[in-house]
Amino acid sequence: MGDYYNDEDLDRFSEIGKYNPDLFKKFLSWYTAALEPGALSKREKVLIGVAVAHTIQCPYCIDSYTKSCLEEGMTLEHITEAVHVASAIRGGASLIHGIQSHNAVDKISL
Amino acid sequence: MGFEEKIRIVQSGPLRAQCIDILQVNLGYRCNMCCKHCHLEAGPHRHEEMDHRTVEAVIRVLRESPIEVLDITGGAPEMNPHLKYLVAEAKRLACRVIVRTNLTILLQEEYEAMPGFYKDHTVEIIASLPSYMESAVDKIRGDGAFTKSIQSLRRLNSLGYGKDLELKLHIVYNPLGAFLAPSQEKLEAEYKQELLKRFNVSFQNLYAFANMPLGRFRDFLVRSRNYEKYMEKLRDSFNPATLEGLMCRHLLSVGWDGALYDCDFNQGLGLPLNDRSHHIEAFDYIRLGTREIMVGEHCYGCTAGQGST
Repeated sequence: MGDYYNDEDLDRFSEIGKYNPDLFKKFLSWYTAALEPGALSKREKVLIGVAVAHTIQCPYCIDSYTKSCLEEGMTLEHITEAVHVASAIRGGASLIHGIQSHNAVDKISL
Repeated sequence: MGFEEKIRIVQSGPLRAQCIDILQVNLGYRCNMCCKHCHLEAGPHRHEEMDHRTVEAVIRVLRESPIEVLDITGGAPEMNPHLKYLVAEAKRLACRVIVRTNLTILLQEEYEAMPGFYKDHTVEIIASLPSYMESAVDKIRGDGAFTKSIQSLRRLNSLGYGKDLELKLHIVYNPLGAFLAPSQEKLEAEYKQELLKRFNVSFQNLYAFANMPLGRFRDFLVRSRNYEKYMEKLRDSFNPATLEGLMCRHLLSVGWDGALYDCDFNQGLGLPLNDRSHHIEAFDYIRLGTREIMVGEHCYGCTAGQGST
């Protein structure tokens, strides 16, 4: 069985627009605008990007946003801290749901 | 599209020098370091070194031409025994003198006095520091390079470098791999903040350069199969606004053996001047000041994005 993920596929992203160019164009326009510097700098945005990429575990996004972080002058130290923030929030999100189980227990317990 | 063709289209003719404001002199390829990005493949194993006769020819050119800036590079320029003589003579001619140092050499016992010598001659220092993070610097420049660089920067600061207006200390950033540098202005602000906060180190300016696809860096690109993509990135980032300020249009590079080149990168490639006056002994200020510049695909490195000069 071949690999599901190939790094060359990242360069084929535009092929997604083949069967619905209009929607893809709208996506690209929105995507580009969202990444433009505004109240947040480009550096802050790509750092958010790399953190999200790890949270959603998308190899294409990890590849792409890691490169963007390097191009913004960041190093593995910066990227690793961002991944820890993403992971800590992800872990915390699981933990806080522990309260749900406490509540569920409380509902049916003496 | 090849660089030469690109230039002919963009500016309707070949790339020409505008003047020679700076004489950039390479004192040799000997170095105490073996940095992974070095386009000249300098290191302790290299023996090429400018001799006294060639140094005299450089001084003669400075004396007899209107050139006011001497930019000394290497290798580690400190390892050439004629460095002090060259600096002292150039200062006597009222030249602005720049030395590009790798910083770590200044901690070696035999070169410990160099920072004081630089101060006494108000030499402008340009120092390489590709990151303010230890692991990144050591990965490119060798174990311990970062700690030594910071020690040297602090020593230079203690002499007034990076603080007094007269004592200029600039830092050079180059990317840590096959990608381009960020905005120079933003990176300078970040470096200033981080180096001050972490190590109490100050400097005046930061220059962000692209890695040239030459020497060891080219070997890395080929070995890691990044060469084509990197060249494509450089070509795609071509910025015509960089052409006016290209260093090759304002300086002349002198090799350790006195051979003349359009820039240090052409020197690394062994690409000689397109002029019959291609040695410092046959220097002709007027003719060389309008020479046609020899270009190659590596020139895309100086025209990408914000430029690299």
